[in-house]
Amino acid sequence: MIVKRNELTWFERLYLPALIGGLKVTTRHFLNTLTTKTPVTQQYPEEPTRVLPGYRGAPYLVRDQDGATKCVSCQLCEFVCPPKAIRITPPGPTGQPADRTNAEKMPEEFEINMLRCIFCGLCQEVCPEEAIFLKSDFSLTGLARSEMIYDKEKLLALGGTHPGIQKWKHKLDEAKEQETFPVKA
Amino acid sequence: MAWLDSLSPQTQFVFFTLLKIACVLGPLLTLVAYAVLAERKVSALIQDRVGPNRVNLPLIGSIPVIGPFLTKLGFWHPLVDGVKSFIKEDFTPAHVRKIYFWLAPAIALVPAFLVVAVIPFGSTLGAQKMVIADLNVGILYTFGIVSLGVYGIVLAGYAANSKFPFLGGIRASAQMISYEIAMGMSVIPVFLVVGDLNLGKIIEHQAQNGWNAFPVFGGGFSAQSLLLIPCGVISFVIFFISALAETNRLPFDMAESESELVSGYHTEYSSMKFGMFFIGEYANMFAGAAMMTTLFLGGWTLPFLGLDVPPADGEWFKGLLHIGIFMGKMLAFMFIFMWIRWMLPRFRYDQLMDLGWRRMIPLALANIILTAAVLALTNR
Ligand code: SF4
Ligand code: SF4
Repeated sequence: MIVKRNELTWFERLYLPALIGGLKVTTRHFLNTLTTKTPVTQQYPEEPTRVLPGYRGAPYLVRDQDGATKCVSCQLCEFVCPPKAIRITPPGPTGQPADRTNAEKMPEEFEINMLRCIFCGLCQEVCPEEAIFLKSDFSLTGLARSEMIYDKEKLLALGGTHPGIQKWKHKLDEAKEQETFPVKA
Repeated sequence: MAWLDSLSPQTQFVFFTLLKIACVLGPLLTLVAYAVLAERKVSALIQDRVGPNRVNLPLIGSIPVIGPFLTKLGFWHPLVDGVKSFIKEDFTPAHVRKIYFWLAPAIALVPAFLVVAVIPFGSTLGAQKMVIADLNVGILYTFGIVSLGVYGIVLAGYAANSKFPFLGGIRASAQMISYEIAMGMSVIPVFLVVGDLNLGKIIEHQAQNGWNAFPVFGGGFSAQSLLLIPCGVISFVIFFISALAETNRLPFDMAESESELVSGYHTEYSSMKFGMFFIGEYANMFAGAAMMTTLFLGGWTLPFLGLDVPPADGEWFKGLLHIGIFMGKMLAFMFIFMWIRWMLPRFRYDQLMDLGWRRMIPLALANIILTAAVLALTNR
């Protein structure tokens, strides 16, 4: 596209219209802010911020509707995480079994280093069990680096339960029904 | 005050001069600190924000109403800013030219304060004239000192030994040198009208014949005063624009231009060295505002209520009022400076030089001739 540049008139070249226009805009804003006292500034620590849906905050592990760990320690998230912020210790052959049905294992330890995490959301996207979600927390602070490595317990506590997404809820019933073949009409 | 009278005149002079220097420098530094706060507040209001409103002092903050109000006003921010710039790490990058790097902030700071020496900031208090140095060539001294200011910036740009400060320094030198010409020429009509270079005399003349920027009050209407109005207005406008350019304020802040040159000539500076550039810049603004007040707006005079003559013996209150008037005018100019910053976008570099050399200098020259013609024709 070619933008047409008009020659400035002599009046415009005096910079006066620009001056007057600028004065108008600034005066309007100045008086508005001064009198109506509705500045756009959000007084952050006092006023809670609004986090919009879809915001990618800190990644936390979630529990299912029965309060069981959803994560099955598949380590896909660990693998995909670009800055390698996730470290999973799988239970191994002798470890604790999963605390829910339809799962073989759950991680023995699950750590996310929040200092490394870039809040990209790839872990959430890759997780086949819908066990990890980026929540709305954005202000993570700690007095030491070690404090910023969140372990499994902390992540599960912060993540809470996610009853909304119940990928496995009906699978068990379906499986049972399969066993009593032929299927009821 | 018997001990004062017992001193020799020379000692008295030294004593009073030192006293005046202290009385000017202290408030000036405070004003500079609060000008920074005002700048932040004004810009906040213009941009629909609230501006600094956090710092709370333990004791004063707990006074009802006043404490929270001062906090909201950001009243303590300058204090905290000052402390902060002192305790920050003073980092010297490895690639700088050390001697100049250390010298530049001081060279930027000193001229701004030296200019204030000749400005009559009030009439008289007791027997003392309210000016530190009552020079006969006040204005020449001012221009001499002001042109030193550019060295600080150029040196800073050279010393930093990296691209952005260097560009900033080059721009600053070209800009300040060219606008100084326009500035110098814009005051010549004032001297043609007044016939003296002493700033005190210039104020006296304005008290009798009306302000130079608008010579109608005081002297009343006459053919001469009417004809001098355009001359005064043109001089004033040119001086004002040049003052903006000289103090590196927007729309002429080519030397800093954050969006192009990081922060221009002081990119490599931190801590109090940066603070000194900052103070220097604001002190320069005050000096410019004071010069405009003195040269064009009648200094400490007001054309009514008998405020245009120095107080008689014992009228202490009037003397103080004169200082107040001067401060008022100066602060009004500061406010306009700050406002303009948010009103106009930055000039492009070639436009800036174009405006300086091809508009302002010819206009200033024409104005000198015009003023001279008016004065010759109206038979002074
Ligand atoms: S959000 Fe991205 S960086 Fe953070 S843990 Fe998940 S995959 Fe890793
Ligand atoms: S959070 Fe999801 S992707 Fe990561 S190990 Fe657990 S189940 Fe696998």
